[in-house]
Amino acid sequence: MKLLQNLFDGMKPNFEKGGKWEKFHTLYEGHRTIAFAPDLITKSKGTQIKDATDLKRVMITVVIAMIPALLFGILNIGHQHFIATGAEGTFLDKAIFGALSVLPILIVSYAVGLATEFTFCVIRNHPISEGYLVTGMLIALVMPPFIPLWQVALATIFAVVIGKEVFGGTGMNILNVAMTARAFLYFAYPAQISGDLVWTYLGDKTTVDGFSGATALAVAYNSSIDGTPVVEALSTHNAALGADFSFMSMFMGWIPGSIGETSTLMALIGAVILVATGVASWKIIVGGFSGAYVMGLVMNALAVNEYMAMPAEYHLVMGGLAFGVVFMATDPVSAAQTELGKWIYGILIGVLTVIIRVTNPAYPEGIMLAVLFMNVVAPLIDHYVVKANKTRRLQRATV
Amino acid sequence: MSKIVKLKKGFDLKLVGKAPSEFLQVAAATTFAIKPSDFPGIQRPKVLVNEGDTVKAGTPILMDKAMDQVIYASPVSGEIVEIKRGDKRKLLEIKILADATVTHEKSGALDLGQDRATLAGKLAASGVWPNVIQRPFGIVANPADNPKAIFVSGFDTHPLAPEVPFLLQGEERYFQAGIDALSKLTTGKVHLNVDGSKAVPAIFSGIKNAQVNQFSGPHPAGNVGTQIHHLDPINKGDVAWTVSPYGVAQIGKFVLEGIYDASKVIALTGSEMSQKGYVKTYTGANVSTFLGGIAQPETLRIISGNVLTGEKVEKDGYLGFYHNQFTVIPEGKYEEFLGWLKPSATKLSFHKAIGMFSFLKSGEFKVDTNTHGEERPFVVSGVFEKVMPMDILPTYLFKAIVTEDFDEMEELGLYEVIEEDVALCEFVDPSKNELQELVRHGIELLMYN
Repeated sequence: MKLLQNLFDGMKPNFEKGGKWEKFHTLYEGHRTIAFAPDLITKSKGTQIKDATDLKRVMITVVIAMIPALLFGILNIGHQHFIATGAEGTFLDKAIFGALSVLPILIVSYAVGLATEFTFCVIRNHPISEGYLVTGMLIALVMPPFIPLWQVALATIFAVVIGKEVFGGTGMNILNVAMTARAFLYFAYPAQISGDLVWTYLGDKTTVDGFSGATALAVAYNSSIDGTPVVEALSTHNAALGADFSFMSMFMGWIPGSIGETSTLMALIGAVILVATGVASWKIIVGGFSGAYVMGLVMNALAVNEYMAMPAEYHLVMGGLAFGVVFMATDPVSAAQTELGKWIYGILIGVLTVIIRVTNPAYPEGIMLAVLFMNVVAPLIDHYVVKANKTRRLQRATV
Repeated sequence: MSKIVKLKKGFDLKLVGKAPSEFLQVAAATTFAIKPSDFPGIQRPKVLVNEGDTVKAGTPILMDKAMDQVIYASPVSGEIVEIKRGDKRKLLEIKILADATVTHEKSGALDLGQDRATLAGKLAASGVWPNVIQRPFGIVANPADNPKAIFVSGFDTHPLAPEVPFLLQGEERYFQAGIDALSKLTTGKVHLNVDGSKAVPAIFSGIKNAQVNQFSGPHPAGNVGTQIHHLDPINKGDVAWTVSPYGVAQIGKFVLEGIYDASKVIALTGSEMSQKGYVKTYTGANVSTFLGGIAQPETLRIISGNVLTGEKVEKDGYLGFYHNQFTVIPEGKYEEFLGWLKPSATKLSFHKAIGMFSFLKSGEFKVDTNTHGEERPFVVSGVFEKVMPMDILPTYLFKAIVTEDFDEMEELGLYEVIEEDVALCEFVDPSKNELQELVRHGIELLMYN
């Protein structure tokens, strides 16, 4: 390690004041502090010791929580490909196929995102923050496997610049950065991120007879038009190919969808990691799932079409709800920050997701818009929770 | 009616280096100092002595021209050897070389039957007054005020803090006299708050003229600010006073014997302190004799006070006015390869993020002054709330101070906190912000605008 330390020490003069790369000082510091926790000590006043946990460790915890979803996503992309083309594939074939499709997206997301971030850090002389560790992974996981890489790059730049840097960088953004990337693509290039054709990577092959690339959400929506009960429509969908949309296969995640969002199980594993480590708020996660379930029941009670009559628990395993609630809604910067506010915020995300899904024909998936909308509303929720705290303090004075 | 309050929020820092309950034989300190920086409310300090003057214990040596009834007295008898000034002639220290035996200014016992104003005036002129702290703001109290209540915390939950009953051995009579005097200074109550998780120590058990309340729970249960919040919280316009148990006994000694006795028992603590235990000395004592055989003081952090609220002092520095503890821990000036990622069960952390297994360890932790990371904007939410046992929203309060929003600062409770009340927030903050400094900045904004 001495060697690496010496290497950094050797470069240091160039980055110091008056050095030839003085402007890039923040990049030097950023990389050095990744290799080595810095040799900073506490000031003479204030706490003389500090907690051993820093923001880097908090952020890497989130990345680790997403790894089950990433690995499953890679496997599932391969799996979906072999189902669609009707070919036989071993576990290894599927994994390799999936990796070849997912890793380029992941690499582009990190490379482009970090380059944008570094550019801003240099221009504005900010320290490099670790927020993008999480965002880079999230952006990749909410992309369809079929997405052109230039679109990934464009969405990433848009999200980092407009979603985050214009507000002042990490910790200052209003919207979840990864959701901003996805929403950008959704509205700028809808052809590549919606419909029935984008979820399964075919390569140069053609689909096998009887295959439909529709997602569960699309199937559910269509059944409300043609009047088949949703559960029946889902379980017969692609059934001949062994790729139905039964509750169990949707829970496990063997369905088409964005790279990391299909498996409810993997999202729940991530949730366990995030809650056990105390990094994400369990209130938002529990609130999100219960909000969606209760809204599902309300829809059942008011049902005028088959989609509304769908059993409420199906909402929890379809589409990206689980992934969105666990990884997107819990982003501490864009979520509500008061404890009561987190309950309200989480529950409303679940409720809104189901309302958007069931009532809005234009957007089969509701979680993206629900999270973004609640990001915008979160400060308002907090405002009233904070106001209640102030009022308690004022009332105390007169007693 | 005494109150029993059980607190859940907070965090006990269990560190290596607690002082065993025994007195150490240590060479007596020979120089002592009064530092205006120990009193954050002092606005225009004026030195009342010159270099070379001889003083007795209790001789006024410093005053604040903005509040001239209160004097700051010499802790020992001896000679003023140095009046140290810094940039722009800012007064830093008044150093006194102590006589072998300390002689006192004497004024005879104080009659507690006098009216409030006279009594307060006499205490203010005696040297014991700076023990009386005003809330809000945590500054030396104005003797002219009539506080709504006076609060004394009878236990200290800070890391490695001394046992209060041990500090006050043999002072029982003075402690009661001090409580009696304080009860004359307020039309409200005197609250004495004791550790509810233990039997009430003898010195507090039969106490008169005070309401004894019990507090239990993790640190900051022993902080007087936490206790005030649960007993009789401070609103805009309120004034309450707080006094440390040592301060109460010192006031009592002035009441009974008419002297300013600055002798105090302090604890020598911390993993790198060569000899741990208690020693008898005076306020403002020079640290060097206590360090004993410590080899390389440059690699060590010498702290007057505890690791959360204390202040770094040099190896020939002086004990702070309000401190009764020295702590010595290693400095942390080292880089650690992938230190932010490496799993560890031996590094002290409130968090359980990946690789931080310290919550599984039940023993004591050895700590150093490394910050374990760089300063960042506030990102993680909900952490401060877990270590703040008050109905206060710390993150919003801090943001209000950062943005210098006066209305918000008032409404969100800045009248209820001082530095020590947010010290745990500063410790646990993964973004490593200087929150105690921030709170003092906010208090100064409210005080002087």
